Amino acid sequence: MIRVNYFARLRELAGKGQETVDREEMTVQELLDWAEDTYPGFGKDDVQVAVNEEYALPGDLIRSGDECAFIPPVSGG
Amino acid sequence: MKPFEVTESPIDPQKYADYVLHTGAGAVTLFTGHVREWTHGVRTVYLAYEAYVPMAEKKLAQIGEEMEAKWPGIRTAIAHRIGELHLSDIAVVIAVSSPHRKAAYEANEYAIERIKELVPIWKKEIWEDGQEWQGAQKKYPDKGADAQ
Repeated sequence: MIRVNYFARLRELAGKGQETVDREEMTVQELLDWAEDTYPGFGKDDVQVAVNEEYALPGDLIRSGDECAFIPPVSGG
Repeated sequence: MKPFEVTESPIDPQKYADYVLHTGAGAVTLFTGHVREWTHGVRTVYLAYEAYVPMAEKKLAQIGEEMEAKWPGIRTAIAHRIGELHLSDIAVVIAVSSPHRKAAYEANEYAIERIKELVPIWKKEIWEDGQEWQGAQKKYPDKGADAQ
């Protein structure tokens, strides 16, 4: 199980803040592809992924038990 | 208070200035970012901020480490508020002390630029006739990341 978190526009699009993805492992890119398929309009090209609270690269591997977050363009300050 | 924090409570900037002040400091810069009514001709009623809190606090601390590496001898505290913020409320405070003023000014500006680049915090503008999450590629594509 991979835990994923949604924020801001993506939280509203998904209609939830968290869920689990029933996979033992997948790459960051595969997770983004899954999100785009699951939630049309996700806009994966503008979304970064954090794994265990650190920005990850598309080729990085996510394993069961990891905590992921989809990070749309930030707008703090 | 924590020196790098995301909070749902109103921000008292003096707490952060006091935190960074010490006897070796000759200057303290205190930046407060506020909710502005007018942005590119659009009137904001209020803002709603949300954050990935544990990561946001880590990234604020990372920015503090970057600053202390670039300007040795400074001391830094940063807080960002989330939730519903109304006109003139403080959204962010950055306090920097340094032995001499130049580093305190420069490091303080560096902090707000980095916050806007990498800290997972999002702002939704609520207008009289609508609302929208803000972000680099949204709404004002010709003006880039400074459009907010």
